[in-house]
Amino acid sequence: MNNLLEINNVVKTYGDFTALNDVSLTIQKGSVFGLLGPNGAGKTSLIRIINQITMPDSGSVILDGEPLQPNHIEHIGYLPEERGLYKSMKVGEQALYLAQLKGLSKTEAKKRLKYWFDKFDIGAWWGKKVEELSKGMAQKVQFVVTVLHQPKLLIFDEPFSGFDPINAKLIAKEILQLRDEGATIIFSTHRMESVEEMCDSIALIDHGNKILDGKLDDIKRQFRTNTFQIGLKTTNEEEVIQKLKENFEVTQADFKLLNNGLKLNVKVTEKQSANDLLSFLTTQGDVQHFVELVPSANDIFIAAVNKNS
Amino acid sequence: MSKLQLIIKREFIAKVRNKTFIMMTFLSPLLMVGMGVLIAFLTKQNEKDIKKIAYVDNSGLFSKEQFKDTKTVKYLDYTQLGIDETKNQVEKGHYYGVLSIPKIDSLEVLAKSIEFYSKESPGFSVIENIERNVNTRLRNLKMTKLGINLEKIKASKIKTDIKMFNFSGEESSKLINGIKIGVGTMAGYLLMMFVIIYGNSVMRSVIEEKTSRIIEVIVSSVKPFQLMLGKIIGNASAGLLQFAIWGILFLIISFVASSFLGVSLFDMQSAKMTPEQLEAMKEVASGNKMQLVLQEIFKLPLLKMFFLFIFYFLGGFMLYSSLYAAIGAAVDNETDTQQFMMPIILPLMLAMYVGAFTVINEPHGSVAVIFSHIPFTSPIVMLMRVPFGVSWWEIAISMALLLITFVAMVWLSAKIYRVGILMYGKKPSYKDLWKWIKYNG
Repeated sequence: MNNLLEINNVVKTYGDFTALNDVSLTIQKGSVFGLLGPNGAGKTSLIRIINQITMPDSGSVILDGEPLQPNHIEHIGYLPEERGLYKSMKVGEQALYLAQLKGLSKTEAKKRLKYWFDKFDIGAWWGKKVEELSKGMAQKVQFVVTVLHQPKLLIFDEPFSGFDPINAKLIAKEILQLRDEGATIIFSTHRMESVEEMCDSIALIDHGNKILDGKLDDIKRQFRTNTFQIGLKTTNEEEVIQKLKENFEVTQADFKLLNNGLKLNVKVTEKQSANDLLSFLTTQGDVQHFVELVPSANDIFIAAVNKNS
Repeated sequence: MSKLQLIIKREFIAKVRNKTFIMMTFLSPLLMVGMGVLIAFLTKQNEKDIKKIAYVDNSGLFSKEQFKDTKTVKYLDYTQLGIDETKNQVEKGHYYGVLSIPKIDSLEVLAKSIEFYSKESPGFSVIENIERNVNTRLRNLKMTKLGINLEKIKASKIKTDIKMFNFSGEESSKLINGIKIGVGTMAGYLLMMFVIIYGNSVMRSVIEEKTSRIIEVIVSSVKPFQLMLGKIIGNASAGLLQFAIWGILFLIISFVASSFLGVSLFDMQSAKMTPEQLEAMKEVASGNKMQLVLQEIFKLPLLKMFFLFIFYFLGGFMLYSSLYAAIGAAVDNETDTQQFMMPIILPLMLAMYVGAFTVINEPHGSVAVIFSHIPFTSPIVMLMRVPFGVSWWEIAISMALLLITFVAMVWLSAKIYRVGILMYGKKPSYKDLWKWIKYNG
């Protein structure tokens, strides 16, 4: 069994509103899976179904080969987007309480908390009330509580909000480390640069429908436009553009080039290859810059959502 | 430890550690007793302030014998000085007022012609005292005039005390009716206070979880229903502890206050009583009557009352606090709760009114019977009726109805709760709540 989580034809409606419309996903063991989508797309509804906070109207969820059942919550760690702690409770007591709710014994929870508090160097906060902590500090405590019971499946909804870049990097490192230790991670965010950095696979949901899913590399290949960004040093720019336009689709480009010269985006048709373009360019002048425009996760996100609506 | 136990423990500790809770627990009995003592003290001070009343009797019908001095009123005969001079004296500030009794032959006319002058408008008790004295004298005179022998009237005084039995042969008395009313009202009132105070605290605790946004973390570990139940039980336990401490503190403080300051709560009561009532009280207090009261109390179905008290107390509290929890879940902050409060407070008030006005007069009248079966009022009304003896099948029906409604309400509230705790931003209407109830899963 290679998939930790299988979501089959899940439908969820609230009254007249369809939050999830026949969504199916598979998530590989030991991968970081990006669950993407604009606001109100149905990501949180799906995550709540996986966490058994709500039940799907129809469809099934299979966790590690078994249909979802109540004791599975001990194998899931969830850091929701809307998160907080009891303000008037002390950090240590609270962490113990939340760990015990996940099925850890008090002594085991204490041992593991000590490990994580030492690791993050936050041991001094143990006896402090949560209201005395800054937002970033509270977020760290929440992260620890989420991963403490060593779940097979970790769900992070916007994990980096509230963190400064340094701590965000620290958390990102920890998440990847947890993946390397065998955990499977669902990662929901709007910050596309962190998607590029961390996700192995992604799924894009919009208006309750899955509009895209697969390995990030495959999707990028699927969305490539065969467009190349070129920089060329030549004496007769007008003539080169004219000649290029006979064979290729040419648009103006805007990027920084050390030596001034002609800057263009050139799209190659399916019958042509990058070499055709490059060999033509070498006859026309001095090639300074030649790079394929690979779509970023952000581009893919915007393109896919626009296409859907 | 099970998850429910964990939740109960956390809720209990969170509540008990709260500074306001600690302050309320230890300060309120002090304040309450302090207030009582203050009132008793002031009343006593008032009594020390003796009101001197000068009377000018031109009719010759009255003497010092009729105007007996009391603790607060002292009568002085100024007939010799004449009414005008006496008024002068009073104006100079020596006395509280002047009573002028003119010389009129007809007793009926005289009764309407007596005048009282004072600088400030006289207190009710002073006028009452004067009127009673005058009235007694005039009535006696009139009776003598009609040829009625006063001695014989005095000799004919008789005191009836009907002994009451029920059909199982137990003796009862008027005294015990008073005790029953007292016990029942106390129980009903306690329950109402408990529901309002701790129901509110359940609601606030739900709102706190919403505003601090911890709720989604919690419900990914436990079922919302467990959380709601744990909250209700945890808060109720904290409440019971507080009530117990209040009870003990109240006893200690009143004991200390009465022995040190020389004012007892008995004094407080007696300040408001007429002399006749005082007599009766003293009679009760002296010796065997007191024993009788104790005997009567032990004759009440104490064990049954205790169990029913526990049952209705818990049943009523759970029923209402599940509603409070649902309201807390539906809103984002406490100010939005107002529109949903009416349906909770109304039946509570109704139950207290029914209890206070109909149960006391007719514990088995149709109004009392009906309201002791309606689940939202039954905990209070039935608790008030129980000391008067309610048949077991009536209690059984009432308990069954309460249980069924309790389960149904908790189920409904849990549905609202489950949806509501994850809803932010929108102030819900009753229509929204109905929609939430219909959501599945």
